[in-house]
Amino acid sequence: MTALASTAIVFTLIGLAVVNSSGWPAVRQAFLNGALFRASFADVARAFELNVKMFLVAEVLILAFALGVAVLRSLPGPVFFPIRAIAIVYTDIFRGLPTVLVVYVLALGVPGLQLTGVPKSAVFWAVIGLVLVYSAYVAEVYRAGIESVHPSQESAARSLGLSRLQTLRYVILPQAVRRVVPPLLNDFIGLQKDTALVAFAGPVEAFRQAQIGEAANFNFTPYMCAAVLFLALTIPLTRTTDWLIARDRRRRALGVL
Amino acid sequence: MPPAVAIEGLHKSFGKLDVLRGIDLEVSESEAVCLIGASGSGKSTLLRCINLVEPINAGRIVIHGEDITAPNVDQNRIRRRIGIVFQAFNLFPHMNVLENVTLAPRKALRMRRSDANSRANELLGRFGLADKRDEFPDRLSGGQQQRVAIVRALAMEPDIMLLDEVTSALDPELVGEVLGVVRDLAAGGMTMLIATHEMAFAREIADRVCFLDQGLILEQGPPERIFREPTEPRTQEFLRRIIEAGRM
Repeated sequence: MTALASTAIVFTLIGLAVVNSSGWPAVRQAFLNGALFRASFADVARAFELNVKMFLVAEVLILAFALGVAVLRSLPGPVFFPIRAIAIVYTDIFRGLPTVLVVYVLALGVPGLQLTGVPKSAVFWAVIGLVLVYSAYVAEVYRAGIESVHPSQESAARSLGLSRLQTLRYVILPQAVRRVVPPLLNDFIGLQKDTALVAFAGPVEAFRQAQIGEAANFNFTPYMCAAVLFLALTIPLTRTTDWLIARDRRRRALGVL
Repeated sequence: MPPAVAIEGLHKSFGKLDVLRGIDLEVSESEAVCLIGASGSGKSTLLRCINLVEPINAGRIVIHGEDITAPNVDQNRIRRRIGIVFQAFNLFPHMNVLENVTLAPRKALRMRRSDANSRANELLGRFGLADKRDEFPDRLSGGQQQRVAIVRALAMEPDIMLLDEVTSALDPELVGEVLGVVRDLAAGGMTMLIATHEMAFAREIADRVCFLDQGLILEQGPPERIFREPTEPRTQEFLRRIIEAGRM
């Protein structure tokens, strides 16, 4: 109750300060034009479908590809050093590059090569760019999960005669993946937003559509449509993630995990 | 007939630390051999070497006439024949009891699920765990978890069982139920190597007791002789301390 009251007071004060500022009428006209919001929402929402599609496709590819990278990086012994080295170089490079740069270079560059048999769609290469960047992060999340499984689990599985691969598949990975679900979801919240970066390479997704609306009306309100749509997608996932983290913490406190 | 286990000149070190410094040991078919000795004397390491969990530095381990430490031996095939049970149970926490027990028979022996299940059910019933088959390990007591771990190893129908201080992590009131299982196995003629701190138990079920000290088998013989009239001063001292601690 107190929390509710103090929150209401704080936000009322901030609201009053904004609304009474000298520039408010102009800003309101430029960003919060109700009629224009209603008029542009359908267009932006239609374009947002592309964001959702890219997100869903990229997510599946990332989950699979990053798991492969993490497994390769966890291979033991000197024989596998070259494979580990490749995995390390990959994660270092793609975690180090700005996402927008990777998307831009791939989506504009690769189709420009005019290679036969290689897709020329900017959307395709933009999604590949997102997959490469996010997989580098997600592979590290997976790897942390794999390393958090106690070595005695591997001893137990191997001592029963299971092969290294069977041990990984049936004993290590199921436990590892379960533990990293909350951080994985965190990365996917980022991915949902970063689908907007594809706009820089040309495809008309929600942000690009909003830009088109802005240019046609000399008004920023269409961006607000995009903002509302992104929030509608990310907030449920954010809440779910926080809930899962809190649940894990409770379970850990009870000694279940 | 060759002995079930024949160990010759086994050396094992972790970095600069020599844990096993030349172990020679033979175990006959259906023999139960208890390994006793202070913590760090090499009991657990010896068992882990026999199961090939730890690579050895020198020597040979021969199981039923086959040198399992030779290069190019299929280690997975060897491990399927040698069951090991660990102090900390090491059950798979994401699987229920039945899945824990049937995983290796199904995946390593390629048994059909129905066959693996019926073998598991029979073993679980035999050791009083029939009503626990759908439980997850975190819902079981330590004693129940350890009995499941023993059943999990037995489900591979091993020739030899290695027990690594299987009661050390248990509350005192739960020790009995696990020792009961081991007693059953001994009575059934299972070849066993048992590292233990339970001297009364070793005395009761062992055909032979080996005293390990600083990576060597210092003294061995029938339990009555080892416990009543140990000849080595270090064995005498070890047993005196055990008695003083009220553990025998």
